[in-house]
Amino acid sequence: MTDRAAAATVVRPVTDAWPRRTRLVEHSILPGLGLSLGVTLVYLGVIVIIPLTMLALRPWELGLDGVVRTLTSPRVAAALRVSFGVSLAAALTNAPLGLLIAWTLTRYDFPGRRLMDAFVDLPFALPTAVAGIALTTIYAPAGPLGALAAKIGLKTAYSPLGIFIALTFIGLPFVVRSIQPVLQDLDRDVEEAAQTLGANDLQRIALVVIPALAPALLSGVSLAFARAVGEYGSVIFIAGNMPLKTEIAPLLIVIKLEQYDYAGAAAIGLAMLAISFGALAGMNAVQIFLARRGRA
Amino acid sequence: MSLQARDKEFLALLGPSGSGKTTLLRVLAGLEKPDAGEVRFGGEDFLSLPVRRRRVGMVFQHYALFRHMTVEQNIAFGLTVRSRREKPSRADIRARVADLLSLVQLEGLDKRFPAQLSGGQRQRVALARALAIEPRMLLLDEPFGALDAQVRRELRRWLRELHDRAGVTTVFVTHDQEEALDLADRVAILKDGELIQLGAPNEVYEHPATPFVFDFLGQACRLPGVIEAGRLRIADWESAAPKDAPGGPVEVFFRPDEVDFAPVDGAGLAAEVTGVAQRGPDVRIDCRIEGHAMELIGHGPTLPIGVAPGLSVRIKPFRPQVYAAR
Amino acid sequence: MSQLALPPAASTATPAVAARPIARIRLPGIAPLMLLASAAVMMGLIGLPLVVVFQEALAKGLPPFLAALKEPDAIAAVKLTLLVAAIAVPLNAVFGVSAAWAISKFEFRGKSVLLTLIDLPFSISPVVSGLVWVLLFGAQGLFGTFLVDHDIKIVFAVPGLVLATILVTFPFVARELIPLMQAQGADEEAAALTLGAGGFTTFRRVTLPNIQWALLYGVLLCNARAMGEFGAVSVVSGHIRGLTNTLPLHVEVLYNDYDSVGAFAAASLLAGLGIITLVLKTVLEWRHAGELALGHRS
Repeated sequence: MTDRAAAATVVRPVTDAWPRRTRLVEHSILPGLGLSLGVTLVYLGVIVIIPLTMLALRPWELGLDGVVRTLTSPRVAAALRVSFGVSLAAALTNAPLGLLIAWTLTRYDFPGRRLMDAFVDLPFALPTAVAGIALTTIYAPAGPLGALAAKIGLKTAYSPLGIFIALTFIGLPFVVRSIQPVLQDLDRDVEEAAQTLGANDLQRIALVVIPALAPALLSGVSLAFARAVGEYGSVIFIAGNMPLKTEIAPLLIVIKLEQYDYAGAAAIGLAMLAISFGALAGMNAVQIFLARRGRA
Repeated sequence: MSLQARDKEFLALLGPSGSGKTTLLRVLAGLEKPDAGEVRFGGEDFLSLPVRRRRVGMVFQHYALFRHMTVEQNIAFGLTVRSRREKPSRADIRARVADLLSLVQLEGLDKRFPAQLSGGQRQRVALARALAIEPRMLLLDEPFGALDAQVRRELRRWLRELHDRAGVTTVFVTHDQEEALDLADRVAILKDGELIQLGAPNEVYEHPATPFVFDFLGQACRLPGVIEAGRLRIADWESAAPKDAPGGPVEVFFRPDEVDFAPVDGAGLAAEVTGVAQRGPDVRIDCRIEGHAMELIGHGPTLPIGVAPGLSVRIKPFRPQVYAAR
Repeated sequence: MSQLALPPAASTATPAVAARPIARIRLPGIAPLMLLASAAVMMGLIGLPLVVVFQEALAKGLPPFLAALKEPDAIAAVKLTLLVAAIAVPLNAVFGVSAAWAISKFEFRGKSVLLTLIDLPFSISPVVSGLVWVLLFGAQGLFGTFLVDHDIKIVFAVPGLVLATILVTFPFVARELIPLMQAQGADEEAAALTLGAGGFTTFRRVTLPNIQWALLYGVLLCNARAMGEFGAVSVVSGHIRGLTNTLPLHVEVLYNDYDSVGAFAAASLLAGLGIITLVLKTVLEWRHAGELALGHRS
């Protein structure tokens, strides 16, 4: 038996999977291309491209040596390590926390579910400075949770742990909101199929649900990571800003600017951008690999 | 309602949407719990068994393949999730998957992901996956629902052969009467959660138990009539009443192609032909009988004698079904 | 396949009444645990900061709280925050609509590059978003000497705050509209044109009603971020009290002066803004889910 008829009707997702050579501009009967594209490009150029070009150019007035010296100076290197290290830790912590909350929100019905759902976005909606001073008050040695932690000998605020808490707070919604729609749309069929084939509950979750969520989970973690690396407002209050210990890279940019070291500040900014993009590209590659398994 | 499937039989659950056929199938699989009633399997109480211990092979309407697993991993899933004591060795699993792949004619596709398969291929993977656990019963939910007509017909034949070879009791749900009649050993017709009729395809088709079944299994023409003293009268035409027909006012049902045509001065129902259309091998004849517009089918290519628009003829349904009028 | 010797019959007897699905999670005893754990994370990590803001603001009672809000510096900060948002948000909204129009209604090369560039501001640190303006217009920036010569102030003045805010909130509206308008296609607009409508009439009568809720949603998020932005404006503000301090910067200044009530009073205004945004956002998501772009995330 042949499957030619079926093969001919396979539905392929309409994406850029089929590279199609388009003309520079395809003809359209709709008006307004010139105006809308013109406005878009000019605005984009003025607001995004020109300023970011400055960021890319400015460090080099120090020469390659100068840039390297700036970035490898103990204080800057330590700040970059703190920023990226703690951000990664926070983003990874957000994975199980986000999974827990997304699971609870999609799988159970309980009074207050919608309220909890809405409040997941609070870290987006609460201005970062407000979150910063609130978290600091909570985790300061005299604060409600800070005192508790102090009893067991943990210093929370004014330590890397404080930075970690702030970045976990900031990143949580990214993970929850990435997983939630996938968990919601996950075909019940598929889980039922696993059951009829003899899988117990744990096997069903570990072998069927979690792998199906993996690409979304990874994407949420990358978003949380990217956000955490650049985060400023919620961190500087709780961090304590001790050079070499709890100083984050964005703060160092501010300090360099205050010293009128524009090129140094730009060098740190550019380095952050480069490392972020490198990390994101890596995570993207993994994600594409995972996604390809599902929908090649 | 009560329904019994025989060993190794191919049973179709046929009904319109909302008739409860899928629910029944899911109850059999253990995916839903009935509010009351019981499910027994060879005397064993099935209801108290959780889904994963029932060993029913279920093929879902949209296949429900695990999209992050290869074809091979999909098929092997039911074996790999077994407890360590019952789990076959890795080599055994591989051998079993290879057997199943050849059974469903998908050799060489074991490393593909579901997204890389055509609809028909996915369906066969789903079937192989269900068969891998050596099911005590195979359940198919609208197995051909998501396929186009041509693939559907091919797969139908093949599924029947597969069933005969595998020898598993199979229950499948469909809303397509042609499919049910073509494929099944017996057909159970459901409506609104009730079993209306159960029987071999021919039996059901030729002796529909109710007007609903008659209507559901094919096109129907209906006319009011009366049965008195063993004679069936429709309008001015009288004939012998069918066996076991009820007395008094009745509804007469017949298939639009199960009629004889006669000249206007012969015996039969007076019909005024209003239109004639040739449709390939068939001829569709629009006519009015007793004031009812009706569509009859003659087997072409030539028209029955005397049939032309504007003329009158007599028609005789040669196998009417009679139900007591409501 | 199955060589099981089956008893003669597999029998079923069921009244086919509505049966309920039991395939949802059935881990015994786990559900309450999951719920409890989620509630603990949500309250401890997310809820508590919100509570603390109001608790600290009212720590010494209502009068000091109100007095803190009536401070001239506080009022100036509120006014400045509103002014900056009032300039930045409409500009980004206009840009968002025109970018979405160009991208969703036409085919041209380089579209994916354009999309990436539009999303770019989301992936850079707010501090960098402020820094770039200093590099352009600061005393030692590209146009520094020119600006000093002509006595134009951009950095450490309102224009700098506006520019930094615009850059940070740049993608919000566009990002909300583009997927939606792409999904809607251009058929309705084409139909309107064949019926004799002009370009702007088509936009106003056909396109705008289709995207109004998504536009509102984007503007809402854009506004929340614009009013609450801290890092970017902190870099370009210069922290001149009463002149270039927006509300979040005012919070910082008071907090660093150990004026806890004052800082948290100002913060409570911003927290209120956040709650209002959250409520409106949730209402929009419930009422107009179908008319918002898929998978909205700010």
